[in-house]
Amino acid sequence: MVNKKSKTWHWSQDVHQLFKKIGIKQIAYVPDGGLAKLLERVQADKSMRSVVLTTEEEGVAQMAGAWLGGQRGVLLTQSGGVGNCINMLSMMQECRIPLLSLVSMRGEWGEQYPWQVPMGQSTIPALEAAKVIVHHVDQAEKVPETVAAAAKLAFDANRAVAVVLSQRIAGSGGQG
Amino acid sequence: MTARRKITLDRRKVVSRILKDRGELLLVTGLGAPTWDAASVEDNPNNFYLWGGMGGAVLTGLGLALAQPKRRVLVITGDGEMLMGVGGLATVAVQKPSNLAICIVDNQRYGETGMQETHTAHGVDLAAMAAGAGFQTTSTVYTSAELNTAIPVLYNEPGPVFVDVKITAVEQPMTLPPRDGPTLKHRFRENLLGSI
Repeated sequence: MVNKKSKTWHWSQDVHQLFKKIGIKQIAYVPDGGLAKLLERVQADKSMRSVVLTTEEEGVAQMAGAWLGGQRGVLLTQSGGVGNCINMLSMMQECRIPLLSLVSMRGEWGEQYPWQVPMGQSTIPALEAAKVIVHHVDQAEKVPETVAAAAKLAFDANRAVAVVLSQRIAGSGGQG
Repeated sequence: MTARRKITLDRRKVVSRILKDRGELLLVTGLGAPTWDAASVEDNPNNFYLWGGMGGAVLTGLGLALAQPKRRVLVITGDGEMLMGVGGLATVAVQKPSNLAICIVDNQRYGETGMQETHTAHGVDLAAMAAGAGFQTTSTVYTSAELNTAIPVLYNEPGPVFVDVKITAVEQPMTLPPRDGPTLKHRFRENLLGSI
């Protein structure tokens, strides 16, 4: 295990290793600054297929197909993308198909860009309204264990789960 | 936009001909009439019917095709459902899944809400959009002879393949397969994977 006090440690290292350990084979994503380091790691990993989407709801449907075909996947999205997913999430709830998602927050901790605030503030209520179980985490050191717990809830208990990463972890981001 | 031609094909006959010799095909159907068309042929455990999630059929097919690279995966959906998730054609084209085929049963209508016209009734060309996204194999089918040519393409051509079949805007009796989500999921997975 990497020393988490090391200045070079980043939560994405451990999360990437966790993905390998639990057999994640498909990654669906729309590019995002808060998830950039994790995306770089998974894109470089030939044991998993990274699929870039035009809109995040595609990833929800892709995760359903992956599960039907016997593979585990993860949907990586910025909080803004959660709003794009709501109707498609009905498929996961109605069929009780597992969904593991990592959501990088904007419009929250220290946000300076006003147009990010509405969806950012709606992200967790919207997920919960769509019956997605939310694990909110605001310390980098706790991200790997939170993702591990969420993965069990998703894949072993057949639930839709989102690990919401506070902007406190990811940084305030750019204009997008 | 392609030239308008007379539409004569019947959706049930089209889907029946496509699925007649399906072998080990894995089928995903989009919500509404395509699900009923497939069920009217046979309620096969290799069918996964979408009863909701409009716009998600093609991406469900992509996730399945990536997970099962040795199996042919066919998505049959309607023009309205395809239009709602049309960006997915770009996503599929970038991934180039060689085992994925998409077939649109295109009546140029939203059948479930009262047969209102979709964009394809006004010249929007889905096969051209797929080609523009990067699909190497696309066609629009108007006749029985063209369908005969297209069916082997759906099964055998390296994917991703896109075929838009123009069908008459006639409502057919509903043939309702199971619609309980966990039942459909468990049945499909148990049949394919040997476990739920």
